[in-house]
Amino acid sequence: MFRSHVLVCGGTGCTSSGSQKVMDKLNKELKRKNLETEVCVVPTGCHGLCALGPIMIVYPDGTLYTKVTEEDIPEIVEEHLLKGRPVERLVYDETVSETGLRSLNETNFYKKQHRIALRNCGIINPENIDEYIGTGGYEALGKVLTEMKPQDVIQTLIDSGLRGRGGAGFPTGRKWQFAAMNEADQKYVCCNADEGDPGAFMDRSVLEGDPHVVLEAMAIAGYAIGSTQGYIYVRAEYPIAVQRLTIAIKQAKEYGLLGEHIFDTDFSFDIELRLGAGAFVCGEETALMRSIEGNRGEPRPRPPFPAVKGLFDKPTILNNVETWANIPQIILNGPEWFSSMGTEKSKGTKVFALGGKIRNTGLVEIPMGTTLREIIFDIGGGIPNGKKFKAAQTGGPSGGCISAENLDVPIDYDNLIKIGSMMGSGGLIVMDEDNCMVDIAKFFLQFTVDESCGKCTPCRVGTKRMLEILDKITSGKATMDDLDKLEELCYHVKENSLCALGQSAPNPVLSTLRYFRDEYVAHIVDKRCPAGVCKALLSYKIDPDKCRGCTLCARNCPVGAITGVVREPHVIDHEKCIKCGTCMDNCKFGAISKE
Amino acid sequence: MKSLEELKAIRIKMQGQVGLRSEDSTQTRVVVGMATCGIASGARPVLTTLSDAVQSKQLKNVVVTQTGCIGLCQYEPIVEVFEPGKEKITYVHMNPEKALDVVNKHLIGGHPVTSYMLQSSEA
Repeated sequence: MFRSHVLVCGGTGCTSSGSQKVMDKLNKELKRKNLETEVCVVPTGCHGLCALGPIMIVYPDGTLYTKVTEEDIPEIVEEHLLKGRPVERLVYDETVSETGLRSLNETNFYKKQHRIALRNCGIINPENIDEYIGTGGYEALGKVLTEMKPQDVIQTLIDSGLRGRGGAGFPTGRKWQFAAMNEADQKYVCCNADEGDPGAFMDRSVLEGDPHVVLEAMAIAGYAIGSTQGYIYVRAEYPIAVQRLTIAIKQAKEYGLLGEHIFDTDFSFDIELRLGAGAFVCGEETALMRSIEGNRGEPRPRPPFPAVKGLFDKPTILNNVETWANIPQIILNGPEWFSSMGTEKSKGTKVFALGGKIRNTGLVEIPMGTTLREIIFDIGGGIPNGKKFKAAQTGGPSGGCISAENLDVPIDYDNLIKIGSMMGSGGLIVMDEDNCMVDIAKFFLQFTVDESCGKCTPCRVGTKRMLEILDKITSGKATMDDLDKLEELCYHVKENSLCALGQSAPNPVLSTLRYFRDEYVAHIVDKRCPAGVCKALLSYKIDPDKCRGCTLCARNCPVGAITGVVREPHVIDHEKCIKCGTCMDNCKFGAISKE
Repeated sequence: MKSLEELKAIRIKMQGQVGLRSEDSTQTRVVVGMATCGIASGARPVLTTLSDAVQSKQLKNVVVTQTGCIGLCQYEPIVEVFEPGKEKITYVHMNPEKALDVVNKHLIGGHPVTSYMLQSSEA
């Protein structure tokens, strides 16, 4: 038995900042000190504090170390693991208080969080099924198979008020009900793990940190709707998730928790992985199923809905990873427990991936109804470098912007739609005064133009024309007529596209137009980018009074656009200038400005 | 695995282990002095004995951890027990056998072992 557990994050964020090396060194050092039988090292999933990785937590005391390097390991082993003195310089500063170290749950980052989907992420070793069972894993499946009828399971979900976490928010229980009602010789259960929004990594973290929860929930769904086969469609760009899912499926089969006669009942269920090649449109349910079938991933019109005619034309349910991760807990704790959290129409919690101009980049899970202000300023730690909050983008390329005036709106499915955005899968990108909203809209539209599958004209051609207009605006060549045309096109593409990709593609433009129309107008009428982002509208200037003629700017200019004599004010040749900003970054006297 | 009983057996086996990773302010903390003085006088086997016993007996409300020099080097190995809402109890000159005694009589039975306590050994 071990007296101490050292949890090292093995999520994608921490892995890319070197957690594997840290873990190897730790194991080596423990061996050298003969501590390997007393202290065990546990690779875990994401803790959420991705900005501070690699993250390491030492239990039983619960000390959180951040930004741990290989070189720090001997000190941690000698001082903390042997002698019990935490290495203070590496301890997460939020946990340091005057009376000693505080518990993690009392820090600002964790205090307001409530973890259901991320319950085990960062706590258990995702490659060890026993650890999942140790926290109550597969008990919900056992309960369902031995104590509940399929209809009871569906009713529990309906009563809980759980809605799909992939973005659209369709009630999960009702989806299952439809599939259960349709008779067929085979039905299918699918997991949508084709997370593709830029900046979103909620599903990846669940798969990496707690893969068994998805398997368990899918088996529960199989029992509820009468299916014996499940598919997980996961993108190949998530190698760690794929690897851990593969291990999890193998372990579950060895334990008989997947396969024939689970828990000695008549119920059998199997799960297979399907790797997606990275097309954004394959996150759309009908395209995803076409792709699983081995066809080109293109959407088709609905109805018929998948619950009637889905994968291989059989009744199918398809849920998002985060939705699955909630289900075993709902079965074990009851629907009332779940529906006691959240708002009237949005129950439970939601996971958000915080990114952009925010101090605590990472993963958070909060009860529905929390305000954006709490997420960004209390949990996220606010905007770095003393900059001002401008907007937050939710829902990725399908969503929209939330401006400062809506910071106190309680976040749930319906409120977000009301203010012109959407829940989406949970990407939350924070923007400050240095972000140009037209540029942001252009970024997302560029993404949809690239990812449009091309099957229907409004999306294929419409988004392309919209992007061209945005290009004109950001290069200062547009007129107000173009702006009207852009808006008209937005509604046209929204109304006439075949699938959600095209129907939602104009959202980033529409919502920035709604809240930041003045920025569009500034680009068109004044030929000016207020945030100083759009290069074509910028010009750099040297203030002759401040310039000391140090020649640093001229020597660093990549195109030789700056000339001048030593100790005399320099000048920028605007014909040659490519507006890279190198001169401004290098000037020690603050003599260069852009406008 | 063919039955719920088998699942439960794994859960119970793992609970002690995974339970080590919970954070709860209502827990009793058992702290072993593990500075150079403590280690030199044999604190390490005391620590491992305590930790093993607490886990194998599944005492969910007890955490065993270590600390630096408490300042009473001549009394090492020292074990301190912090129970929520109670006075700290300090055991001195500990060894693995005494440690097991403390687990059984104090942590499980609720009666501190006065003969190992600091006050009585001074007397």
